[in-house]
Amino acid sequence: MSEKTTVGKQAVMGLRLVLLLVISGCLLGAGNSPADQPTLVVGSKNFTEGVVLGELARALASTQSTAEHRQALGGTRLVFNALVSGEIDVYAEYTGTLTHEILAQQKPESREEIRDMLAESGLRMSESLGFRDNFALGMPKALAKRLGIRRVSDLRAHPELVVRFGTEFMERGDGWPGLRQHYGLPQQDVLGVEHDLAYRGMAAGDVELTDLYTTDAEIAYYDLFTLEDDLGYFPPYEALLLYRAELAQTHPAALRAMLGLEGAIDEAQMIAMNARVKLDGVQENVVAADFLRAELAVDVDAKATRRIDRFFRNTGQHLALVISSLTAAVLVAVPLGIAAARRPRLAQVILGVVGVAQTIPALALLVFMIPLFGIGAGPAVVALFFYSLLPIVRNTHTGLTGIPLPLRESAEALGLSSGARLRLIEAPLAAPSILAGIKTAAVINVGAATLGALIGAGGYGQPILTGIRLDDTSLILEGAVPAAVLAIGVQWLFEWAERAVIPAGIRTQKRA
Amino acid sequence: MLELSHVTKHYAGTAALEDCDLNMASGETTVLIGPSGCGKSTILRLIIGLQLPDAGQIQFAGQPLEPAKLPALRQRMGYVLQDGGLFPHLSARGNVTLMAQHLGWASQRIDARVEELAELTHFPVDGLDRFPVQLSGGQQQRVSLMRALMLDPEVLLLDEPLGALDPMIRFELQNDLRDIFSRLNKTVVMVTHDLAEAAFFGDTIVLLRDGRIIQQGTLRQMLHAPADEFVTRFIHAQRAPLEAMEEHP
Repeated sequence: MSEKTTVGKQAVMGLRLVLLLVISGCLLGAGNSPADQPTLVVGSKNFTEGVVLGELARALASTQSTAEHRQALGGTRLVFNALVSGEIDVYAEYTGTLTHEILAQQKPESREEIRDMLAESGLRMSESLGFRDNFALGMPKALAKRLGIRRVSDLRAHPELVVRFGTEFMERGDGWPGLRQHYGLPQQDVLGVEHDLAYRGMAAGDVELTDLYTTDAEIAYYDLFTLEDDLGYFPPYEALLLYRAELAQTHPAALRAMLGLEGAIDEAQMIAMNARVKLDGVQENVVAADFLRAELAVDVDAKATRRIDRFFRNTGQHLALVISSLTAAVLVAVPLGIAAARRPRLAQVILGVVGVAQTIPALALLVFMIPLFGIGAGPAVVALFFYSLLPIVRNTHTGLTGIPLPLRESAEALGLSSGARLRLIEAPLAAPSILAGIKTAAVINVGAATLGALIGAGGYGQPILTGIRLDDTSLILEGAVPAAVLAIGVQWLFEWAERAVIPAGIRTQKRA
Repeated sequence: MLELSHVTKHYAGTAALEDCDLNMASGETTVLIGPSGCGKSTILRLIIGLQLPDAGQIQFAGQPLEPAKLPALRQRMGYVLQDGGLFPHLSARGNVTLMAQHLGWASQRIDARVEELAELTHFPVDGLDRFPVQLSGGQQQRVSLMRALMLDPEVLLLDEPLGALDPMIRFELQNDLRDIFSRLNKTVVMVTHDLAEAAFFGDTIVLLRDGRIIQQGTLRQMLHAPADEFVTRFIHAQRAPLEAMEEHP
């Protein structure tokens, strides 16, 4: 058996295992119901109103079938694509977003045209839920008064304004690019930030102009002035539910229940619900249940999740992300490191490629995974897997090539085959370096896994994201502290493992 | 036993060995000597197959050395390096028995062989379970020798086996080694840069310079009938030990 085929076989086996892990990760993420009817999956975009509407839909659907809500998955594109691919069955959307963002290229002119275009993707939309949540521009009332700004066109005279838009508004066709062109706005200091951070920046006096949703609870809370859209740029944004057409067959009763929201919510009620969540710190499911009980006489059971339950769920999800991605990375990276050590020319290629994978920001890597693997734990595991490769490959390579030549030649001169040399001599001698590489990868992995929550993978990132959205420091700490403790725990675990795995003769040598 | 014919080896353009013919008879000790870089270690490395010759052929017991046969042929040779080349993660016993265990010897056979070798090499039995770092330089070389002898090879290759030892230990080990060679009746090829050591061990001494064999024979022949002026200069450079030897022939 030549060393080439040994290394090759190991690599193939490693890849197979990765695929298996990824697939099982996807299945875990999708969730299975024991009943013969599949679970109805509600999705939501990552802002409070979207989550509240999602909770309303889930609560109503759950009166008729099993339903779960995958909260705050991401921006419009991500959530809409998840709907098209069937990863979710329904989410709350707005007419303006449909005409100006999702279907912008087809330019629909009537509601019927929108329905036809959605039908081509196997989707349907409900009637309006009863309120509009329009885009608008807003600034602190006192500042608006001082500068004499009442309308959007007044902004032309104030190019020096510090402008911070929500990331989504910054990039959407119907957001800042179109608005600037429509009004000929001159502002230069324009950056995208997380929408909720823009509000806080405005309260601190760092931000002078931002985009608003007209149902935001913060408009009253932060005492903001809403600028008049005098040239009629912003289209109306009627709230509605967007759902997969086959729900009419698979979950007819649940669909009927959800469509009970049509025309049921007026603007004041939506602002009030947003305010309870964002300003009073009440959980979305509780707010939704209260509304359903009071307005639709639907009794759904809603308990605020206990902190300890949330902690255990997040810990389980986080550990699953880390353990599956790290295991896969070890199984692939160690053979790659061995191949690199045996073939110097191959080493340049291997180390180059995994090095590049490491330079991609973790966030971008997560986003790249979405078109390939969808949302949820699957793509997060794949991204974390790529992220963990470099430290392990590099340390395996360094550990093996760092073995003194006389030792390598002694092993060869004894008559040991290539495989036996690797197993009996080279692997034990390189073990300290390989283990250190795995430790580095594990610690990085624990931290990077918090980003998984951005694409619906759960874990300790979930309370951090929700905490940012709700400006709730205790929620942020609920994710950040265990993540830090886990990282330290992983470090300890590996130091203990070093004692168990590294041969005594090498440890003695270290002390000497 | 070992035969090199027209063997040439180059490193990065410079010749380490140039058209070299050498015959090492069975049961004899051949000592390769010469200044640094003369090619003496290269001959050992070519025999054990750590390097392949650019030209020429090496025969082991009548068979040509070929890459495919190397792992099997290496089990019939023992190789000892200057610094021992002991594996730090294995105990002395682990180093000695590594290959036998890999070949699936029965544990009684292994134990018996280790005991026999420890006696032969004067290695303390209680040191067998220590790691190389816990052994002195002399003890490490004894372990290295035991490892080379474990499979009872026909050929023993030693590359400056005593070079890193202090003089007292070196003297002791020299005597032990010569004793072992004569008792085991192996074909021994040894590299040294020390003329006294060469004369002490060698049935035949081979003097090399710049990858070529200058003279081959006993020290006495080199002294009285030098092949060229370099032989005389090389011997005179190491005169003191030579004089000591003349007093006790």
